[in-house]
Amino acid sequence: MTLTLRNIAKTFAGGTRALLPTDLEINKGEIVSLLGPSGCGKSTLLRIIAGLETADPGAAIHFDGEDVTAQPVESRKVGMVFQSYALFPNMSVRGNIAYGLKMQKLPKSEIKARVDEVVTLCQLEKYVSQPIASLSGGQRQRVALARAFAPRPRLLLLDEPLSALDAALRTQLRDELAQLLRNFGITAIFVTHDQNEAMAIADRVAVMSHGKVAQIGTPEALYRNPDTAFVARFVGDAQPLVGRIEGNMLYLQGGKLPLSRAAEGHQAFVRAEDIRLEPRGPLCAKVEAVTFLGAHYRIALTGAAKETLFALYGGLNAPSPGDTVRLAIAPQSILTLPVDKEVA
Amino acid sequence: MFRPIVVCLGILDMTQRQFLLLCFLPLAIFTLAFLALPLARLILASSESEAGWAIYLKILQTPRYLSTLLQTVLVSVAVTFAALAISTTAGLFLVRNTFPGRSVLLSILTLPLAFPGVVVGFMIILLGGRQGLVNQLLPGHWVFAYSVLGLFLGYLYFSIPRVLLTVMAAAEKIDPALEEAALTLGAPSYRITLDVLLPALASALIAAGAIAFATAMGAFGTAFTLATKIDVLPMVIYTEFTLSANIAMASALSVVLGLVTWALLLIARSFSGTTVAAGG
Amino acid sequence: MLKSNTKLLQLSVTLAACAFLFVPTLQSVLAGVTANYFRGVSSGLTLKWVGQVWELYAGSIFLSIQIALACLAATLIIGVPAAYALARNPGRMSRVLEEFISLPLAVPGLALALALLQLYGTNHGFRTHWSFILVGHVLYTLPFMVRSVMSVLAAIDLKTLEEGAASLGASPQRRFFDIVVPNALPGILAGALTVVTLSIGEFNLTWMLHTPHLKTLPVGLADSYASMRLEVASAYTLVFFVMIVPLLLAMQWASARAQRITQ
Ligand SMILES: Nc1ncnc2c1ncn2[C@@H]1O[C@H](COP(=O)(O)OP(=O)(O)O)[C@@H](O)[C@H]1O
Ligand SMILES: [Mg+2]
Repeated sequence: MTLTLRNIAKTFAGGTRALLPTDLEINKGEIVSLLGPSGCGKSTLLRIIAGLETADPGAAIHFDGEDVTAQPVESRKVGMVFQSYALFPNMSVRGNIAYGLKMQKLPKSEIKARVDEVVTLCQLEKYVSQPIASLSGGQRQRVALARAFAPRPRLLLLDEPLSALDAALRTQLRDELAQLLRNFGITAIFVTHDQNEAMAIADRVAVMSHGKVAQIGTPEALYRNPDTAFVARFVGDAQPLVGRIEGNMLYLQGGKLPLSRAAEGHQAFVRAEDIRLEPRGPLCAKVEAVTFLGAHYRIALTGAAKETLFALYGGLNAPSPGDTVRLAIAPQSILTLPVDKEVA
Repeated sequence: MFRPIVVCLGILDMTQRQFLLLCFLPLAIFTLAFLALPLARLILASSESEAGWAIYLKILQTPRYLSTLLQTVLVSVAVTFAALAISTTAGLFLVRNTFPGRSVLLSILTLPLAFPGVVVGFMIILLGGRQGLVNQLLPGHWVFAYSVLGLFLGYLYFSIPRVLLTVMAAAEKIDPALEEAALTLGAPSYRITLDVLLPALASALIAAGAIAFATAMGAFGTAFTLATKIDVLPMVIYTEFTLSANIAMASALSVVLGLVTWALLLIARSFSGTTVAAGG
Repeated sequence: MLKSNTKLLQLSVTLAACAFLFVPTLQSVLAGVTANYFRGVSSGLTLKWVGQVWELYAGSIFLSIQIALACLAATLIIGVPAAYALARNPGRMSRVLEEFISLPLAVPGLALALALLQLYGTNHGFRTHWSFILVGHVLYTLPFMVRSVMSVLAAIDLKTLEEGAASLGASPQRRFFDIVVPNALPGILAGALTVVTLSIGEFNLTWMLHTPHLKTLPVGLADSYASMRLEVASAYTLVFFVMIVPLLLAMQWASARAQRITQ
């Protein structure tokens, strides 16, 4: 299903402007992630799409061209996976998964067939007759997904479906979820505040900030070509290189760096993985601290730029705190972005 | 039983808002017809004697009503403190100790919750009436059921369980580590009670006290059964209404009594967040 | 030493309180089955008095049961939807309304009965019908039902559960019967047992509202205390205990169960 959002804004009763007028287009079969820090309006947008919240007047929501703006949630045929899962404690796993089908008043045999199908797809065979209270977090998450998916919704909406799980399980289930959503072949919107989750699951990521979509694009595009400093920081943790830009030269405390283009009036950023320790590098820095992270070292560097920079070092002989080192950054690895008013 | 309702409601396509209003409807009708309007009528009725609204002044000026009010308050205060002392002691003991028979004691102590005031009155007659236990066991004439003492014991009888439950609920929430900390600091047990337990129970005690007081103020059944010689407010209201047909005065006294007990229970709730059943 | 002394004192107070509450209960049970209470148990045990109570007061017992069941039905129909609506609309208005319907907990039954009598006492048909007593009982027990259900509803994330059901296509009324009522059951059960227990024992309102032809169990009790010999009064009290004690125990069990859910 194609989803078209026009002019979606939301002001809560207390006066909180959770969403500023937002437009968004999601294609059939696409999995889109809404990514952003807590409180930026992701859930609000998702709930407006579901019909659980009404947008401010002037909004328009179209499902495959059909205007559903005025429809209540129960007639929109969306599947929703809640952060807390909202599984009905008074029903078994089967009862939960069958509930949406019962609401469609399907014949019993058809309901049973569909529930069995979804149960198999989500690998819940062992748990079908168990009560909800006996399930683990990961199992609940799959039941919630199965329940939302069983009635063949037009659109699947997931609000931070992994955040209730502990860290180890989260990574495993993230990949499982990505696979399941692909198998479903359904249009889906997935809310998260975790960039890794968004990148692992989504075809396209909409980065949100302060009630607005700051940028939407494939994970690669967002990572390589962020439009704003906010996106660069949020996707891939870009660090500011505070200094002076003249033509295509960046002057920093510890030396000067060539840029790939003239970018006067812009702000420069670099990611930790793009800073190399090189004996003949143009930047001079002092090692402040070295943290061993297994696959590599994380090195805190002062003196190169105004703020402490972090670099990843994959070699065997890491420098020690107190050492003076020289750094190099490839011109194409330096992101030059317009000055972001909100962040600066 | 619900099926037909679902079906018949299903025909109407209601929004959440409309459905919530529908849910309020039975309550609204019942409360309006049988609570709001009758109470308004009661308040109006209190002004329908020659005295008008000055009837409330008259309560304060008539020695009989004033002394009744005073007696009721005095008995209620005495009962409140006695019930607090007994129930706090027993409650703390039952919360802090596990022993065989504990649950039996607890059942016995909460049993009278379901006894109407008349039954409580009868219990006191069995204890202190002419054929009562005390009179049979002790030499001499020991009949106290129909005196102030009987009334006091009757009120105490139904107050103990109510206070006990409130105190125990609060005592169970006290972190045992507090007491242990005091122990490690060398505090003797009476000091722990004074410095740790009672302060932690303070709001529950105030709430329980207010409940006990309000219940005692409004108790009718017990006084009715004991037919004591001293007058308490509910009995005076009853006699004004049934015997003297002094409806305005009965109404005015009811309004005063209702306001007092309501205000007290409001205080109780602001301290504990719960209200144990009044009545008795 | 000091500690065990304190313990001993606490134990004595506890036991004394138990004795105070339990001894007369036991007495009334004994007196109810003793041939002649004045002569003591040695005069023999008998069910004569209980039989006499049944002859005299069976009607009042049945009336009490009838009113209690009707009261239960009424509080279910009025109270459960209202508790749901109050739980879904938290706010000032709801708090005021909850406070208002809780008035009968605070205002003595006598005052409420006077109020009802003055407004409806002149309506002879209603005044002499058992539903007049029923109204009083519903008034008194309704807040218990509402609060019991509300406390359970407050403990579950009702809003999100309902949103889940709504997203699966359930209408508001379906959600009420499929989600709200089943999940509120522990509260409804605790409330129901409280309502029945209180209704069967209610005296203060009932004494004012009853007519000579409509005597409930506690009204009959008051009657027997005033005019019957001690053995009959005791036997009647015994019958009352037999009815109320299991109810009370069930009510305490159900309330504790509902409370565990709310924690
Ligand atoms: N029901 C509500 N009433 C008032 N403010 C709300 C409500 N829901 C969310 N908000 C506010 O709207 C903003 C966006 O919230 P939300 O969409 O939940 O953020 P996110 O899901 O991105 O963390 C926050 O400032 C939040 O406090
Ligand atoms: Mg959110």
